Amino acid sequence: MPLDLIASAFGPVQQNYLLEARQMQAMSFVAHIPLVCFGVAFPALVVFAEWRHHRTGNPVYRTLARRWSKIMLALFAVGVVSGTILSFELGLLWPGFMAAFGDVFGLGFTLEGFSFFIEAIFIAIYVYGWDRLPPRTHLLTGIPVIVSGITGSFFVIAVNAWMNNPSGFRMENGEAVDIDPWGALFGNSYLAHEMVHMYVAAYIVAGFLLASIYGWQWLKGNRSDYVRTALTLSLTAAAIAAPVQLIVGDWAARTVAKEQPVKLASFEDLQETTEGAPFDIPPGIEIPDMLSLLAFHDPNATVTGLDSVPPDDRPPVGIVRASFLTMVGIGSLLAALAAVFLYVRVRKRRLPESRWFWRAAIAAGPLSVVALIAGWVTTEVGRQPWVVYGVMRTEDAVTGAGGIPVGYATMAIVYAGVFAAVIWILRRLAARPLEEDAAPAPEGTHG
Amino acid sequence: MAEIPIILILVGLAAYTVLGGADFGAGIWELTARGERGSALRDHTHRSMAPVWEANHVWLIFVLVMAWTCYPEAFSSIVSTLTIPLFVAGVGIILRGAGYALRAGSSTPREEGRISLLFALSSVLTPFALGLVVGGIASGRVPVGNAQGDEITSWLNATSLLIGVLAVATAAYLAAVYLAADARRMGSDDVAEAFRTRALIAGVIAGVLALAGPFILSSDAPDIYDGLTSGAGLVALLASGVAGVTALALVVTRRYGAARVAAAAAVVAIVAGWGLAQQPEILPGLTIDEAAASDTTITAVLIGFAAGLVILVPSLVYLFRLVLSGRFDPATAPWPGPDPARAAAVNAGPNAHSSLRTTLITGAVTAIGAGITFVSEGPLRSVGVALMLAGAVACFFAVASLDEAEPPA
Ligand code: HDD
Ligand code: HEM
Ligand code: HEM
Repeated sequence: MPLDLIASAFGPVQQNYLLEARQMQAMSFVAHIPLVCFGVAFPALVVFAEWRHHRTGNPVYRTLARRWSKIMLALFAVGVVSGTILSFELGLLWPGFMAAFGDVFGLGFTLEGFSFFIEAIFIAIYVYGWDRLPPRTHLLTGIPVIVSGITGSFFVIAVNAWMNNPSGFRMENGEAVDIDPWGALFGNSYLAHEMVHMYVAAYIVAGFLLASIYGWQWLKGNRSDYVRTALTLSLTAAAIAAPVQLIVGDWAARTVAKEQPVKLASFEDLQETTEGAPFDIPPGIEIPDMLSLLAFHDPNATVTGLDSVPPDDRPPVGIVRASFLTMVGIGSLLAALAAVFLYVRVRKRRLPESRWFWRAAIAAGPLSVVALIAGWVTTEVGRQPWVVYGVMRTEDAVTGAGGIPVGYATMAIVYAGVFAAVIWILRRLAARPLEEDAAPAPEGTHG
Repeated sequence: MAEIPIILILVGLAAYTVLGGADFGAGIWELTARGERGSALRDHTHRSMAPVWEANHVWLIFVLVMAWTCYPEAFSSIVSTLTIPLFVAGVGIILRGAGYALRAGSSTPREEGRISLLFALSSVLTPFALGLVVGGIASGRVPVGNAQGDEITSWLNATSLLIGVLAVATAAYLAAVYLAADARRMGSDDVAEAFRTRALIAGVIAGVLALAGPFILSSDAPDIYDGLTSGAGLVALLASGVAGVTALALVVTRRYGAARVAAAAAVVAIVAGWGLAQQPEILPGLTIDEAAASDTTITAVLIGFAAGLVILVPSLVYLFRLVLSGRFDPATAPWPGPDPARAAAVNAGPNAHSSLRTTLITGAVTAIGAGITFVSEGPLRSVGVALMLAGAVACFFAVASLDEAEPPA
């Protein structure tokens, strides 16, 4: 079969449910992404706690590390299956995209596959190896889990960075030719900020969510060593990450301003290209020159407006703008909360006492998830109407198969069930007596 | 060059059928282990599979990503036509993973029984649906293009049904052999016997289906039939048959270790036979050469693949060695060696905690890195980011290890 015939077999198809397909994809990401924050950030916290146990001999660290490692394994299982669904969906929903560009970005997923292999292997060894491996070996088996969490997300994000800022190929008759897969994935100016921003977000989300749960117990009066140590570790991680995130977010915005001006314009609903563009904060506060300052660090810089492209090439501005403001607003609040925590921790060597602090900390967990999702909506909806920015439109990527609404509804039900199951598991694990994870005390045996 | 990835894909598929298959099969057997009496069997199954199932499962991911990277148009044609069974398999995979996770939280036998039912049903559904997919491809029902094949008959046909049922039976068989061996290692002889009986039943069913195969294929998928009954395809088919019968004989004589190897060989041979019978075409009218991505892409994937293997193989060996040597078995005594933590508890001096000075220095490094990141671009910004992140990690160590004030009395 000649090549042009193959390419034309993937020409545009009639699909009445493009919007549903997009929503289905988004829903699956919304399920996957908070879970993987735990796959990325949790192993480091668990291994840190175990390391503290080795270093100080304080048994509470051991209890914490063991307990957390079980939660980590359960969340990892759900993360793995939700990720598998994403891999299926990428093909099931967007065959046009996969057929045209699978050979450009697929390398990223191949490498990701190896990463997750390593992560799955060592997470099992780590969790089932408590008391079964020499203590130092056990600690060391945690390291590959941390590393493969980093590399795994690195490779997928390389794919997303490429979709937003495609390079490493040339288009000829609807076919990608002259493909340079390494350059496309790893020589991309989007990769660095997306990776760092996501990675820091993982610590914010995992840290604040843990703090929500233990903070609740703290507010109810549980001041045990266990709760105090859990809060210290999780809040320290989140509180260092949150201010850093403001700087990384600024870096992201400056890169977007340069490479995806239309996306940046939709952050602010900037209709016309403007010199010294202002920034509006709802309800109706206008800060002159602020957008120019944010995007280019120069109050007089010219910011490209939406009018630079035809209406058909603009993203749904309302959604992008609302998500962006949500992310930035929550990010600023989290950083303020982090500052309070760090001050009390370093100056007073204890946890904050104020009930207001703890109420805010409890809210911070769910809010950080909202920020995370809002950030991804900013990136992904801001990329519309393109699936590969400036190269392939989403409507040319979609499947011609029927039944998308049925699939969407089924998935929604399944995910609702999985969500309920996750909550149930976490509550059950939390209700187990702590002694289960304490050291087996008798002399002569290992502790 | 164009053929290398498809060979790797078939290797991955064989590995998934053997390892992932055993994992599905273990779930299937939970259906036969109902009630109080079944609970010993269920516990055993769960204990054996829990440490390895995630790793076994990654083979599927591997097959998917290799297919879409190296044969993008073929992959897209397949998934867009065979959408329904693939979607069902996807749902099955979610439910199975959820089943494993839920197990961690269940505490009463009743809860556990319900979870196990969900788990068992999804363990039947998933390999069946994946078998339907293979049948659709093998019988030439997937034309090139975006959803160009029939949405229903591409997977609802004699070949698909045959392979779907065969996949379930093979999974059940592989699992029973594996679990019997494991049970014997753990010293539960009655559990081992129970799985031996199951292995024999499933083995005979799989064998009968395999015998019926050629009759179905000859009318429903003549191309594959011709390929499997001549030349190299025939050799593979016969090899698979011999290995299958050998495996069964080994189960009868309770040599489970060797039976595992023979059963795996039967699977590998039949997967190879499929590949041989179908080449050079991957889909009707589309040869492997035409479907393959450019050489640069394939080279890149192979380099990545080789690098990955260097890390993966020792890791997998380590995991399976620990599992198969019984290190994770509940009856194995805990590690008896010296404990660094106990030593630390005795000597824990001021060194175990960080000082205010370290904390402030690491904080300052983070802030300087952040400053550089904020004001600069290009290479200088990278320096700033590196400094900021390194500072943040150090700062975490410092702040989290600060000595604590005495809690208020
Ligand atoms: C806890 C989560 C979180 C927090 C507090 C913030 N972000 Fe964010 N943001 C994300 C989580 C996130 C993300 C992980 O969801 C995204 C999606 C894609 C990405 O690379 O990171 C993102 C994307 C993203 C983008 C789009 C990047 C692109 O399209 O490539 C910009 C411009 C910002 N962020 C800017 C900010 C600013 C200025 C923040 C400061 C207040 C901020 N973010 C806080
Ligand atoms: C920002 C985006 C993403 C990040 C940071 C991310 C990260 C992760 C991490 C850390 C895991 C390990 C499981 C866990 O920790 O729960 C995981 C699992 C997985 N992800 Fe994602 N992922 C992202 C997007 C995607 C996408 C787009 C796909 C596919 C299309 C995908 C496919 C998978 C698969 C297949 C697994 C399971 C791997 C296994 O079997 O071990 N992910 N992801
Ligand atoms: C890192 C890897 C990711 C990859 C490869 C990826 C890929 C895709 C693809 C192929 C689509 C469908 C085509 C389109 O609508 O343009 C899509 C849409 C979408 N994705 Fe992502 N995505 C990634 C991460 C995420 C994450 C983590 C989220 C989190 C919530 C997300 C949110 C969305 C949303 C909201 C849409 C729908 C956009 C719309 O149609 O308006 N994505 N993504």
